[in-house]
Amino acid sequence: MKKHWKSIAERENGSDTPEKQSLPKGNLEQILDIFDNGNEKSQSNRRDFLKLCGYSLAISTVLASCENSVQKAIPYLIKPEEITPGKANYYASSYVNGSEYCSILIKTREGRPIKIEGNDLSSVTYGGTSARVQASILGLYDTGRYKNPLKGDTQISWDELDQSIIQQLNQLKESKESAVLLTPTIYSPSTEAVIDTFLKSYPNVKWVQYDNRSASALIKANEMCFGKAGICDYRFDYADVIVSFDADFLGNWLMPVEHIRQYTKKRKLSDGNTNMSRHIQFESRMSLTGSNADYRIPVKPSGQAMLIAQLYNEILKIKGLDSYSVSDATEDIQELAKELWTNKGKSLVVAGENDVNIQILINAINYELENYGTTLRIDKQILTRQAIDSDMEQLLSDMNSGTVKALFSYGVNPVYDYFKGEDFGKAIEKLPFSVSLDLAPSETSAYFKYVAPDNHFIESWNDLEPKTSRYSLMQPGIRPLFDTRQFQSTLLAWTAKETDYLKYIKNYWEEKLYPLRTAYPNFISFWNNSLQQGIFEPKTKSFFNTKFKMAGIGELIDNIANAPKSSGFELQVYESSAMGDGKMANNPWIQELPDPLTKVCWDNYLTVSPKQAEEMLLETGDVVELNSGMKLPVYILPGQAYNTVAVALGYGRTDCGVVGKNVGVNVSKLSQFKNDCRVDFSIGVEISKTEEKYELAMTQTHHSMEGRAIVREASLGEYLKDPSAGNNSHQKYENAGIYKKPNFPNHHWGLVVDLNSCVGCGACSIACQAENNVPVVGKKEVIRVHEMSWIRIDRYFSGNEFNPDVSYQPVMCQHCDNAPCENVCPVAATTHSSEGLNQMAYNRCIGTRYCGNNCPYKVRRFNWFDYTKADSIPNNLHDIAEMTIDLKRMVLNPDVTVRAKGVIEKCSMCVQRIQEGKLNAKIDGRKLKDGEIKTACQQACPAGAIIFGDLNDKDSQIVKETSSKRNYHLLEEIHTLPSVSYLTKIRNKKTNES
Amino acid sequence: MYVSPIREPLITGKKTYKQITDEITAPIEGKAGKAWYVGITITISALLLGLSMMAWTIWEGIGTWGLNRTIGWGWGITNFVWWVGIGHAGTFISAILLLFRQKWRTSINRSAEAMTLFAVMCAGLFPLIHMGRPLLGFFVFPYPNTRGLWVNFNSPLLWDVFAISTYFGVSLLFWYVGLIPDIGTIRDKVKSKFKKAIYGFLSFGWTGSARHWSRHETLSLVLAGLAAPLVLSVHSIVSSDFATSVIPGWHTTIFPPYFVSGAIFSGFAMVLTLLIVTRKVLNLESYITVGHIESMNKIIIATGSIVGIAYITELFIAWYSGVEYEQYAFLNRATGPYWWAYAIMMTCNVISPQLLWFKKLRRNLAFTFILSIFINIGMWFERFVIIVTSLHRDYLPSSWSMYSPTIVEVGIFIGTLGLFFTCFLLFIRVFPVIAIAEIKTVMKSSGEKFTNKDKNE
Repeated sequence: MKKHWKSIAERENGSDTPEKQSLPKGNLEQILDIFDNGNEKSQSNRRDFLKLCGYSLAISTVLASCENSVQKAIPYLIKPEEITPGKANYYASSYVNGSEYCSILIKTREGRPIKIEGNDLSSVTYGGTSARVQASILGLYDTGRYKNPLKGDTQISWDELDQSIIQQLNQLKESKESAVLLTPTIYSPSTEAVIDTFLKSYPNVKWVQYDNRSASALIKANEMCFGKAGICDYRFDYADVIVSFDADFLGNWLMPVEHIRQYTKKRKLSDGNTNMSRHIQFESRMSLTGSNADYRIPVKPSGQAMLIAQLYNEILKIKGLDSYSVSDATEDIQELAKELWTNKGKSLVVAGENDVNIQILINAINYELENYGTTLRIDKQILTRQAIDSDMEQLLSDMNSGTVKALFSYGVNPVYDYFKGEDFGKAIEKLPFSVSLDLAPSETSAYFKYVAPDNHFIESWNDLEPKTSRYSLMQPGIRPLFDTRQFQSTLLAWTAKETDYLKYIKNYWEEKLYPLRTAYPNFISFWNNSLQQGIFEPKTKSFFNTKFKMAGIGELIDNIANAPKSSGFELQVYESSAMGDGKMANNPWIQELPDPLTKVCWDNYLTVSPKQAEEMLLETGDVVELNSGMKLPVYILPGQAYNTVAVALGYGRTDCGVVGKNVGVNVSKLSQFKNDCRVDFSIGVEISKTEEKYELAMTQTHHSMEGRAIVREASLGEYLKDPSAGNNSHQKYENAGIYKKPNFPNHHWGLVVDLNSCVGCGACSIACQAENNVPVVGKKEVIRVHEMSWIRIDRYFSGNEFNPDVSYQPVMCQHCDNAPCENVCPVAATTHSSEGLNQMAYNRCIGTRYCGNNCPYKVRRFNWFDYTKADSIPNNLHDIAEMTIDLKRMVLNPDVTVRAKGVIEKCSMCVQRIQEGKLNAKIDGRKLKDGEIKTACQQACPAGAIIFGDLNDKDSQIVKETSSKRNYHLLEEIHTLPSVSYLTKIRNKKTNES
Repeated sequence: MYVSPIREPLITGKKTYKQITDEITAPIEGKAGKAWYVGITITISALLLGLSMMAWTIWEGIGTWGLNRTIGWGWGITNFVWWVGIGHAGTFISAILLLFRQKWRTSINRSAEAMTLFAVMCAGLFPLIHMGRPLLGFFVFPYPNTRGLWVNFNSPLLWDVFAISTYFGVSLLFWYVGLIPDIGTIRDKVKSKFKKAIYGFLSFGWTGSARHWSRHETLSLVLAGLAAPLVLSVHSIVSSDFATSVIPGWHTTIFPPYFVSGAIFSGFAMVLTLLIVTRKVLNLESYITVGHIESMNKIIIATGSIVGIAYITELFIAWYSGVEYEQYAFLNRATGPYWWAYAIMMTCNVISPQLLWFKKLRRNLAFTFILSIFINIGMWFERFVIIVTSLHRDYLPSSWSMYSPTIVEVGIFIGTLGLFFTCFLLFIRVFPVIAIAEIKTVMKSSGEKFTNKDKNE
């Protein structure tokens, strides 16, 4: 068709008027063009509009789902030299809590201590720790601590305090009135020197050491037998046969961290080792040690002396020496004597009872068995307990009689833990002048006129000698948080000398220890090296002629033989392996750590035997009344000797802070004082059932494995015949899958747990809690089965109810390569990493708990309430332990997310440590070394029962362990393909023992 | 007059078409009675209780429920499955019975479908509020986002999201399409202008023309075709929540058919519970006759027996599998600490429906009503038994524990009962409980006079 045009403009543009040049449009206008009806030039269409809608929906969704940003982040104006944000610094130091000692590393981040790790260089603790060592970091941030010096209840300055105390001290000195400095055992050489100078300046002051769990009898017995007071150095790793009469050496007796390491070292069956020690335990309650014994004999506390005497006699008979007239030994004892004799020089007999007679007999037995010089040495000593019980009795009577006019007390709490605590309190109250040098308020410090608060050990300098010539240094990880001053500096201040205790230590070391060195050109390098390593262990040779004085043994045995046999109930008090002596009662981690045997936390209780419970119609949770008027809930404990009951010390604190206040009952007064020693059991106890019921918080309520192959075990004999004994089903399931196993090209992280090494102490649980910011939930929540622990230790009883075998099994996320939890999460919040880890994306989790249900190991933990203050809804915090206040939040690990209400969490195999290790290797441009990365649980374990590593690294320790015939996966029959595996438990049992 | 010797009439009382319209629309036109007000007061109170408990749950956390480390699902998911199951009868009646040309369905399909909707609403609440972070519940939808996050299509819980939402959507559509001619009728009958406007809007301009009828019929058939597989799929998918897991007692391939028959079983029980009351209160005895009740009872005995066989099969397979965990799980169900729940389940679901083999009982209203309540309870316990007793003692005895609900969980359950009955009470006041148009089609399909009187009657 022909095109007609009016003008050139029309011909070119199609219209008469020239085209308006409109401004270019923005994105939005372009898209909104669609609304300009009829404008055919609009560039957008319905699609663009829908795109816009889609984008705005997506953007608003994204914005709406963003959570609160970080509120406070203040950069360094001037960066301190040693601090790189994001990198941890470690400082070698020492943990000291009364008689407990551990060589440690303090991990600090941006200047604040957040974690305690064991120090591998120490030849006392070998990198091991205990639950209390791990938990002590939280004590630094305890809100209950003294924050400044006090006179009565009023705050005063240090100068005022020093002035008035020096004045008082001088007055006392002039009037020659005696005063007493009361401390726990001091095994710090410099502190001893400080005390010496203090005593020299004020000769009227007497120094008394008080250990609430003293080893008085051991010290005295050694003095009587060998003429040298002190405690022997025990070597459980040299002993082929260990016989323990109620010595809970894996729990609280002497130096458990060291003992656990020695004990388990001797019982490891890796590296082709076929020899393990045999452990026989005599005890009334089931202790942590007894639960690990190969053969356990329940006896009454009062019956032990007789058994020891019989054993001694039998050994004498075997040796062909003159024996004493005691009643005939049972076959068990005769067998035992033979066994000990065959292993003479390689055996060890210990007793826990604080009774001089018993300890003398034990010394005699060890002497006859020629064990001195091999499994125990008197020339090398444990120095952490030196107090003598009678000193305390003397002090109390002196105070009552008015001879002592003033008391300086440091680090002890006799009002709470001495069996005559009430009297002690009254006596202090009467004193005209008293000063407490404690860290935190206690039942005792409440009575003092002045308080000169001590630093926390993480804020202090010190040196220590826990064992003969095993020196160790304590250095602070942070400046004192409050207006406190460490005990030693305070004493120095009062002697009007240099108050800088660090200088004092250095001088002491230069003078006394520097000469013992083997390397180092000058003192500064010696000091710096020792400080860096945390230890100084000079090789000293000591010669000691272990000559045994036999005198008096006959008389002693006569006494035992003629002692009237007790009938009826016997009650024993003990330190629970979690709580210890109660000094840490205000530590919620410790309160929430379940007892290894009973799995009860947040309480103490009376353990009774199943037979007794049947007779008295008692059930766990029934309240009984003792004839002393004390009311306690009952826990039926398999293995408790018939007609005995036991109850743990360390509970019932009334003055310690919010957390530990009135948790449980204080049973210190149930101890007695006999023959100059504290005795922990009493006879002739009566108990009567009351109508009351009490709810105990238990993390495990079912105690049988129900015949399932969960903890696989065999006897040593069976194992020697067939290394896969007890583990025969493993082969069947190992390659049973019809699909190919997943392959991880780079790393494949895994853990192996040696059930033969794990003693069940629980250090790993607390280490995990500290490392991974695991919340504390409190007693009520534990009762509701809401505990949050990422690693738990399952305990199973098997065999006879009256004297069962016990198995421990640490269970953490098994990091299954065919994980049931992963495929059920609707939002893919839990996924598998390319390195075989089962990961949690907390931000993505919506909390359906489906993964938790579908986890066959039940290791997933749900945040039932807002435990951490990370929830955006206000006023719903459930924080019974003040864990969310700013001070205590300083302990949080910045590498680990604090989880909010409503999300699932679980063991990450310390993925933050793995990342750190990988990054370090990457920066150095090298391959990762085996053993370079350690998970928190592995690091804490004193037994070395947990090994982390790369399953792809054929030369690694973990591959060595997992290729053992003892290796198996938990519930391998359901083909979850866990990355965590276990090694069978081997008991050194004879065939006739069951 | 045509006399049928075999079939009893579907509607009794020799109704005319006008009579039917008048009688069925009577509750909509008339004023509500006292009983209705009493009823709705109770149900709204229950609903408010439930809402406050839900608010408390969201505020404080799931810790207000009795769940724990070992037992992650309790009453919440039990109620969810129970409510979903109840919904199934409606769809079964409207879709499958339609496809099978079961004419007796016309008396009950409308209320059964309404029941389905309300039950699915109640059910849908639980997965949402049982989440730890319900405010982030939208994460379950696969929407595009800048973070590149996607949902996990392997998870049965995600299948649930689609299954339930599809189910709700199709059921709503189906129900509403069926309602359109009736809404037109009401529009023409109501007097007030306001009501006329509303019903006029809701009727989508229904004129009753042949073309409208043709489209209506076609769409109904298409939707029936869509809904029919849903009857089977929805509860199969719900059962996959359990069947695909590794937990003994859950990990069972029999679950899909077992759950579907259980759902229809419980759904019919709920229909009976509701209709036995409704027909009395709304004077609909001649529409919902004893014959209808008997037909439903027959479905109950069929599905109930399937459920019974499923229970026994589970027990047999547990023993036959030789898996110790599986064996223990079932032994524990029957003899463990929750034996009473298992006993209630067995009695209510397996033994009691067998009584319906007696025709006299099948046609006895009082008995049927009581039985329907029994089955409702029994089927609730079935889900409780499956969920709680399987979880509370699974693989590692160290983690075994016990579960009991808190007041919050009970309150939420009561709240959903409140929601359900509130909706139902509102429904009977605003829409015809019987499909007027549909029931008119079956009026003369069987004899008006029934001669074969059974001797039992």
